[in-house]
Amino acid sequence: MVSVVYKAPDSIQAAISILSEAEIATKILAGGTDLLIQMQGLVNESRLFVDIKKIPEMMQATLGDQGLDLGPSMCCAEFTAREDIRAVYPGLVEAAFLIGSTQVQGRASVGGNLCNSSPAADTIPALMVNAAICVIAGVKGERSVSVEEFVTGVGTNCMEKGELLKLIQLPRPAKNTSDAYLRFIPRTEMDIAVAGAAVSVTLDDEGVCTAARVSIGAVAPTALLVQEAADALIGTKLDDKALQAAGDAASAAASPITDRRGTVEYRRHVVGVLTKRAAQIAATRARGN
Amino acid sequence: MSKTHVTTTINGDVTEFLCEPADTLLSVLRNELQLTGTKEGCGSGDCGACSVTVNGRLVCSCLVLGVEAQGAEIGTIEGIESAEKLHTIQEKFLEHAALQCGICTPGLIVSTKALLDENPDPTEEEARYYLAGNLCRCTGYDKIIRAVLDSAKVMRGAA
Amino acid sequence: MSEAREFKYIGQRTIRPDGYDKVTGRANYGADLSLPGMIWGKILRSPHAHANIKNIDLSKAQAHPDVLAIATYQDFPHVQSEAFQAGEVPTDIIDLARNVLADDKVLYHGHAIAAIAARSESAAQDALSLIEVEYEVLPPVMDVADAMKPEAAVLHNNMFTQGLAEPADKASNIASRMELKKGDVAAGFALADLVVERDFYTPTVHQGYIEPHATTVRFEENGQAMVWCSTQGHFDVRASTAKLLNMPLGKLKVVASEIGGGFGGKTTVYLEPVALILSRKSGKPVKMVMTRDEVFRASGPGSATRSHVKIGAMKDGTITAMQASLCFEAGAFKGSPMGPGCMTVFTPYDVENMYIEGYDVVVNKPKVAAYRAPGAPQAEFAAEMVINEIASKLGIDPIELRLRNAAKEGTQTVYGPKLKRVGLVECLEAAKNSPQYQSALKANQGRGLAAGFWFNIGGLSSVTINMNPDGSGTILEGSPDIGGSRASMQMMAAEELGIPIDQLKPLVADTEHVAYNATTGGSRTTFATGMAVIEAAQDVVRQLKERAAAVWNITAEQVDWADGVAINTTGDDRLTVAEICKDAEKTGGQIAGTGNINARGAGPSFAVHLCDVEVDPDTGKVDVIRYTAIQDAGKAIHPSYVEGQYQGGAAQGIGWALNEEYIYNKDGIMENAGFLDYRIPLASDLPMIETVIIEIPNSFHPFGVRGVGETGIVPPLAAVATAVSEAIGVVMTDLPCSPPRVLAAIHGKS
Ligand SMILES: Cc1cc2nc3c(=O)[nH]c(=O)nc-3n(C[C@H](O)[C@H](O)[C@H](O)COP(=O)(O)OP(=O)(O)OC[C@H]3O[C@@H](n4cnc5c(N)ncnc54)[C@H](O)[C@@H]3O)c2cc1C
Ligand code: FES
Ligand code: FES
Repeated sequence: MVSVVYKAPDSIQAAISILSEAEIATKILAGGTDLLIQMQGLVNESRLFVDIKKIPEMMQATLGDQGLDLGPSMCCAEFTAREDIRAVYPGLVEAAFLIGSTQVQGRASVGGNLCNSSPAADTIPALMVNAAICVIAGVKGERSVSVEEFVTGVGTNCMEKGELLKLIQLPRPAKNTSDAYLRFIPRTEMDIAVAGAAVSVTLDDEGVCTAARVSIGAVAPTALLVQEAADALIGTKLDDKALQAAGDAASAAASPITDRRGTVEYRRHVVGVLTKRAAQIAATRARGN
Repeated sequence: MSKTHVTTTINGDVTEFLCEPADTLLSVLRNELQLTGTKEGCGSGDCGACSVTVNGRLVCSCLVLGVEAQGAEIGTIEGIESAEKLHTIQEKFLEHAALQCGICTPGLIVSTKALLDENPDPTEEEARYYLAGNLCRCTGYDKIIRAVLDSAKVMRGAA
Repeated sequence: MSEAREFKYIGQRTIRPDGYDKVTGRANYGADLSLPGMIWGKILRSPHAHANIKNIDLSKAQAHPDVLAIATYQDFPHVQSEAFQAGEVPTDIIDLARNVLADDKVLYHGHAIAAIAARSESAAQDALSLIEVEYEVLPPVMDVADAMKPEAAVLHNNMFTQGLAEPADKASNIASRMELKKGDVAAGFALADLVVERDFYTPTVHQGYIEPHATTVRFEENGQAMVWCSTQGHFDVRASTAKLLNMPLGKLKVVASEIGGGFGGKTTVYLEPVALILSRKSGKPVKMVMTRDEVFRASGPGSATRSHVKIGAMKDGTITAMQASLCFEAGAFKGSPMGPGCMTVFTPYDVENMYIEGYDVVVNKPKVAAYRAPGAPQAEFAAEMVINEIASKLGIDPIELRLRNAAKEGTQTVYGPKLKRVGLVECLEAAKNSPQYQSALKANQGRGLAAGFWFNIGGLSSVTINMNPDGSGTILEGSPDIGGSRASMQMMAAEELGIPIDQLKPLVADTEHVAYNATTGGSRTTFATGMAVIEAAQDVVRQLKERAAAVWNITAEQVDWADGVAINTTGDDRLTVAEICKDAEKTGGQIAGTGNINARGAGPSFAVHLCDVEVDPDTGKVDVIRYTAIQDAGKAIHPSYVEGQYQGGAAQGIGWALNEEYIYNKDGIMENAGFLDYRIPLASDLPMIETVIIEIPNSFHPFGVRGVGETGIVPPLAAVATAVSEAIGVVMTDLPCSPPRVLAAIHGKS
């Protein structure tokens, strides 16, 4: 078991100083739905837990003309109940809604999902297609990186000791833009993605796709932005052929592994199917906007 | 190792306890406070037997630290009935035979109450998805879902 | 059974007597008891699937101040090989000992090696890392087919195959072989116009009860001991534990807590003997609770199987011969349910020529335990799949094909007795008439139907009914109640006594307050313990009549009994139960009735299930969209709990068919030992499960009861797999029909 020192600072500044001055291994505690499970196997270890949920700005989300400023630790139950946010970023809200059960949603956060940096994290592809920016705070000040730069590998990211993710910023989507996220699991709920795909498309007034982003999850060490898949959509009216091409490009870009959740062949195939279907949904949404 | 002193409210009663900071709320409820109505089926958020509410929000108490209860309002199965009178949900679970072994029942009743507080008129599908984190191995869920929908009906006063 | 009887309580949907405690959180389950001064035990488990233990060094752990006791195999007083039956599956006491704590060899990942008791659960857990074990790692044998190969690594070098024509001369992983036959299959196949044969596979699955194994024990200085635990059979826990620890039965009291599911998995011991050793050594009460990970890795799952089934039929659908070879994994020690598998595989069919062989094979997986109708789901899955394929190839409706060959009264079973009156034909007719069977299917949908058979068992039950001075009574029974059986006991006693159910309180008594009761398993409780309840109630009625006779100065024969009232047939006098009990002291003392039986004549139960699925052709994902479970209950004492058994069995079977399986890596380590990746059905995965209760009374039971708990898990495997096969146009022979496997089948087709 791990012996824990628990601190719950009420400001980002205070959190940063605790983090940077810590003498034992430190863990930031948001909803704890990854962290507490990861701690279970440990024997004779100590950790400093810094609970960031008492910091007001970590727990808020503001939607404005510029886009969304998301406090990383707002729980998914609260986040997904925000109809205003769902109207603008339906795919991201869908992704957050897929995390765990109602109970897990009551604790899990988008920031925790991102910082845990699992290849199968549901919100990461959805954040990527929305060109989200991670604002990281540390003793040396703040820095901003894209989600693609933020996640660096299986369970790793670019944050250093003493840093925390302070804000997730999403730009306001252009007119006639929408997103969608789909994942595949063997049951209807309570599973980790075997594969996932997020798609964002922008249409012109004729219905031609002028911009697109496609990101796939659980089929590589990190979620991947697949430019070839986006290119297959751009310039088309998102007809079946274009969707199929995007799906094929996603399958081609995948480099999955075989594990208890799926095989290489299966994941490669299914990520294509999901990409195609997500693009279809995003297109329908964009047309309706 | 020094224990932490926590003051919290459980089912409306101000309660104090001592715990290790690593202890889960589930372990505090069961082992420190003898509130053993909250069950442990997995310890990893997968079964929902440990469902409680923290500040009105449904969570798995196995994934919450005891120290996080400081200043919070906790709701457990022991607080569902009032003055020895069963809550409608409890009555409906009995009436519909929505339990066999009953180990999942406290969690399901706490979750059902959270569902109906949020959504007094759920469809069958909404109820099934809301309760997807509450595993029941005995019943096949049929009678549970019937009990939930019937509770909703009675609680809406529509029965 | 006497001519149809009008029931007052039987057949009602009453509120179960233990319900209040269960919906309020008051009911105490295995992990809910704490005792003053109690400490915690934890188990060190093997990190290897197969290894010799070269050395165990306890010195560092012993020196640790938090460690109060340590247990290893050496703490069992001299155990010797001896066949031993406690619970559902026969075993050898030495195998049981070596499963509870490994001797010189670990045989599966998670195999218990030693246990530590310490002041807190976490201290015990941490101290385990101080035990140093030296292993010689051996190659793991993970599949029954591999284990049977001559070149396979051998798990037990003293195990020689039993049941061969020639005695085995070399140790092998095949513990035993058995054979059942009737008629002449070769002649039968020669008559057939169509012969279908296939290989089938079913994976290792877990019962998946939500409550982990848990126990709290106290060993007293005077040699008395108490065990509180979650079990399906506390008398058999007492028998096994006493045997392992060489204790007289009278020194060991076992209290059955409320039990959070078992399905056969809580019919043996894992923690109890270990906890008692720790308690004896430390002088303190000890509590042990398994984690979910331990439950998956180290309790007893259900057998994986490989089977081959061959069936021949004539054009008109008459089946001429049935042949099966069934290989069951036993896990680390011999004793799979291969026997019942062989006995049940073809029992729904009245066919002259049958030949069945079975193999019980050890592999480096946890020792299997019973799982609901042990052996039958795996065996009958294979048979039913071939039957459905024959129906489809002959162009005969699968219900018609079964009706043509259905087992019925007088059918000679392959394992011995002729069947008495059974309800298979009625189940098939009900399936034919069901709204589901008459509904239409859409694209990518498929329908599957399968039959299932389970014997049900009887055995020993003892019950005491103590009457109170106000005319109420307490029913002391000894069958742990997993699914509401106390409600049925209450109703049966009320029916006999003629008093309202709320006047009777059924209790599951501990091993000291009621005589021996066999383990709750084999669907025996409502049947056998129910009969003991009825007998005890009749004993009470007999005494009540005697007391009334004494009051009226007549003979007991002159007293009639109806609706809870004694009637003086020589006059107008009436005395109620309450009146007789109130004055019992004046007529000879308090009134208590007993029923002690060894129930024979358990009524076999047949079921027919119907499953509709929809398959996503792009991902291979299967959704069960409609389901009907039809089964003969004999007599449904409490229809809601009978339906609940059908629905629960169907849900478990659906899980088995679609997603549940132990996934092992190449080193023999289970990779999905948690509910996130061992995927049991969720509320959102299932539709409502329609039920039809058929009531063909079992002539051996006063009310006509057959067991209902197990048969319902038999048909779903083939019903679901057939529905998937129909939807995609490929026969699914391997379970589970998980999305990758279904998609591969779809892709393999084109
Ligand atoms: C039953 C169950 C089901 C689940 N299902 C899913 C699923 O379907 N999809 C999915 O993607 N995930 C799933 N998860 C995983 C988990 O719930 C999510 O990853 C969740 O979003 C994590 O959020 P959290 O707030 O609980 O993170 P925590 O556990 O608190 O933190 C996760 C990690 O991020 C770090 N961290 C958190 N916030 C910050 C911050 N602001 N700055 C720096 N570091 C930080 C923590 O130190 C920790 O290392 C499931 C978990 C469970 C228990
Ligand atoms: S015990 Fe908390 S979810 Fe299972
Ligand atoms: S009633 Fe047993 S798990 Fe639900």
